[in-house]
Amino acid sequence: MASHAEEPNRRDFLVIAGNAFAAVGAAVTMWPFIHQMNPDKSAQALASTEVDLAPVKQGQAITVMWRGKPVFIRNRTADEVKAANATPVDKLPDHVARNANLAANAEATDANRTIKGKENWLVAVGICTHLGCIPKGQALGDEKGEFGGWFCPCHGSHYDTAGRIRKGPAPRNLDIPPYAFISDTKIKIG
Amino acid sequence: MSNHDSSYQPTTRIGKWFDERLPIMRLMHGQFVDFPTPRNLNYMWTFGGILMFCLVAQLVTGIVLAMHYQASADDAFNAIDQIRRNVNYGWMIQAMHAVGASMFFVAVYAHIFRGLYYGSYKAPREILWILGVFIFLAMMATAFMGYALPWGQMSFWGVTVITNLFSSLDQIIPGVGTAIVQWLWGGYSVSGTTLNRFFSLHYLLPFVIVGLVVLHVWALHVTGQNNPAGLDIKTKSDSVPMYPYAVAKDAVGMFAFLLLFAWFVFYLPDYLGHSDNFNPANPLVTPPHIVPEWYFLPFYAMLRAIPDKLGGVIVMFASIAILAFAPWLDTARVRSAKYRPIFKWFFWLFVIACCALGYLGAMPAEEPYVTWARIFTAYYFAFFLVIMPVVGIIETPKPLPRSIAEDVLGAGAHGGGKGAGAAAAASPEKR
Repeated sequence: MASHAEEPNRRDFLVIAGNAFAAVGAAVTMWPFIHQMNPDKSAQALASTEVDLAPVKQGQAITVMWRGKPVFIRNRTADEVKAANATPVDKLPDHVARNANLAANAEATDANRTIKGKENWLVAVGICTHLGCIPKGQALGDEKGEFGGWFCPCHGSHYDTAGRIRKGPAPRNLDIPPYAFISDTKIKIG
Repeated sequence: MSNHDSSYQPTTRIGKWFDERLPIMRLMHGQFVDFPTPRNLNYMWTFGGILMFCLVAQLVTGIVLAMHYQASADDAFNAIDQIRRNVNYGWMIQAMHAVGASMFFVAVYAHIFRGLYYGSYKAPREILWILGVFIFLAMMATAFMGYALPWGQMSFWGVTVITNLFSSLDQIIPGVGTAIVQWLWGGYSVSGTTLNRFFSLHYLLPFVIVGLVVLHVWALHVTGQNNPAGLDIKTKSDSVPMYPYAVAKDAVGMFAFLLLFAWFVFYLPDYLGHSDNFNPANPLVTPPHIVPEWYFLPFYAMLRAIPDKLGGVIVMFASIAILAFAPWLDTARVRSAKYRPIFKWFFWLFVIACCALGYLGAMPAEEPYVTWARIFTAYYFAFFLVIMPVVGIIETPKPLPRSIAEDVLGAGAHGGGKGAGAAAAASPEKR
């Protein structure tokens, strides 16, 4: 053996194979202990919610909970929709619609932030994309920021009436959750 | 451990019997009774013992609090109230634990700045220093999770903001950051599930710190302590036994520290906290101004100084990681800043920069604070990356005393006074 110590031999093979087997075994054993921390079945079960929009008048906004997160639903006025449409996409810090109902690379136009035929409704996850604060702008007396949408007081991010980031440290537009109209005045989120 | 022999002599027959089977008394005696400590240690060297006290105090009070605490989103906030109002001596033990966290950081910052000033990170103490950086990281994680447990508004939103830091990884690989954050939360937002696991980890991590501290003390007892002169112990006259000399000095420092500790516990138990944390956690309302506990403010200031989300996170973690590289970034051959006329000024400027960052971290993220935070963040990193390597090369250190004994007693003390004239010239600042 000593004369062939440099060359790979059967013992080397056994050591490598044994170690590889132990490594795979360790990884397989660890996975349940890592995966147990992921969202459990009951958290996933809360993954959809239905909202009746009939009581929300134009210019009003409501906040509902979906997956433990607030979702902003605003019945926008014609002026607000017009303001959002008037903003060219190339002037936005984030050009992508961030709409879970559309392709990942859809442009951040106002139409792509809403559902066709229901453009007055903006449904967005009410969590600042910077570090997760809840922006102000839902209640009537709230500061709505420089662009009339929402303003996050934590680190000063301004969102416009389409929930798009316009100014401040947030990197992305407010996320549009997966949702659909199940009747004329009812939506299902998730 | 070190190259010094324990002088332990069992006096009883049972002591001798035990010593032959498990020489733990011999080990403790050698390391903590007649261990040679430099005779010139000043009061900055008492913080090691103070930190040991802080760790034990946090463990004892924490284990007691866990007997009364409820880690659930519905009950946690009221449980703290229950502890403070109804549990026998709960008001005191809860205050000790909450104030104790702050005191722990007071002591650890003094300990770290002492190490930086006197070059305690330099060879041969690199491993000792790096273990210290790991202890500091574990302390930060423990304190962060502990602050979540009262489940007030600042708890909730502090957890939200800090865990969301990991979502910045989405900027590198889309989806990975979000996956990590949801894994940490155990849901799609911070919830009672998150609180529960934070409580579990908050109980675990202090024992990890205990393990790291054992290694830290072990490494310390291999190399021996650094000292204000930055010299090694060469002869017996350079050192005194740990007991009673260093132990007595540690006790004086400890009691001074305990006065401050007790003053906060009994007169200002909530002074170091935030008033918003007396409101129960509400996932629908963000407090207008989220600030971390005071001991995280400098790092929070650095996070916000960088306009990019991922960049801010990287800078914040790098500000701690860079400490681990100090032993190799510092090119000076002299340890103690006492003999480094240029470095000394940069060191004090560094202390000022850290304090300024602490102040700026508490201010809103707007001008002029952001610009100042950028300036001090730049200096923080320049201190390690530019000043440490460059000043070490260009600076001419002041002459060192020839030994620790000479540092304490003056030139005459060394070797029967030979070369007294030269030594006197060598240490002009000695009385």
